[in-house]
Amino acid sequence: MRKIAVIGGRETVMGFRALGLDTFDAADAKEAGSCLKSLTKDEEYAIIYIEEKLAAGISSEISKFKDSPATAIITIPGREGSDGSSMEALRAAVERAVGRNILGD
Amino acid sequence: MASKTVTPTRMVLNQYKGRLKTARRGHKLLKDKRDGLMRQFMEIVTVNKELRVKVEKGLTEAFASLQVASAIMSPEMLESALIYPKQSVELSVDYKNVMSVNVPRYEYKTTNDDPTEIYPYGFAQTSAELDEALEKMSGVFEDMLKLAETEKTVQLLAEEIEKTRRRVNALEYVMIPEYEQVIRYITMKLEESENSTKVRLMKVKEMVLQDAHHYEM
Repeated sequence: MRKIAVIGGRETVMGFRALGLDTFDAADAKEAGSCLKSLTKDEEYAIIYIEEKLAAGISSEISKFKDSPATAIITIPGREGSDGSSMEALRAAVERAVGRNILGD
Repeated sequence: MASKTVTPTRMVLNQYKGRLKTARRGHKLLKDKRDGLMRQFMEIVTVNKELRVKVEKGLTEAFASLQVASAIMSPEMLESALIYPKQSVELSVDYKNVMSVNVPRYEYKTTNDDPTEIYPYGFAQTSAELDEALEKMSGVFEDMLKLAETEKTVQLLAEEIEKTRRRVNALEYVMIPEYEQVIRYITMKLEESENSTKVRLMKVKEMVLQDAHHYEM
């Protein structure tokens, strides 16, 4: 059995904890980075949700897992709402595959 | 070019002809694979986009409710209400093969079967807004799982498409033209040596005849 982790600001992860997910609060990108490293060490977690504004600081770390089927790192908006970076990442993936943006907008 | 290093013999020619045939077949197969992947990718990427929008909206709403709850309750109360979860989520991961790419399929199980039992606190000391926030949270959770699944699939497929496209291009623009050139080079060389052999033979025949019959040209 694998688990799901959430990395985010203190207030963001609070709600997820009640749902039964493993939550880790990180104040800044550096903390989130070391948190991510320890979480991905033994593949205990299959999905790691990470707050967008933290993910922005450690994007190189995250892109390492882009090609690994065992660990999915998914960005979610924080309390302040989405900053659009997740959509941007999706668009980048489409461009990488198709060669141009076909999603519109 | 590579033609400098090949020996122009019939055996090498046959070798290269075989290679060219394989390369052409590989090229066709990879092209089909690329097209198939692309079709799957298009389908899943639209789903992914929709889910992304849905999750972002759902989470924003849930966070707003939580904000209201935290405005009503003291931070300590809120913290203590949520600190010990009543349920835990376990995830089983399964892999599905999409055009030879392994993509994960998630199946989750909560230790607590009753969906109304998500509140890890007594109702006496908490506000109704917190209940609402949690309900929204658990409502969006299922979509979050699906989002994780599709988003991972999109990432993996994108990677595979890129790889396949590179291979197709390498075959089409490098390998196949190179083989064709080598084959052309060898055929030409062989023809040339055949011609020179023929000329030599004719010359020798002429000399032999001259010797035998003593006639002058």
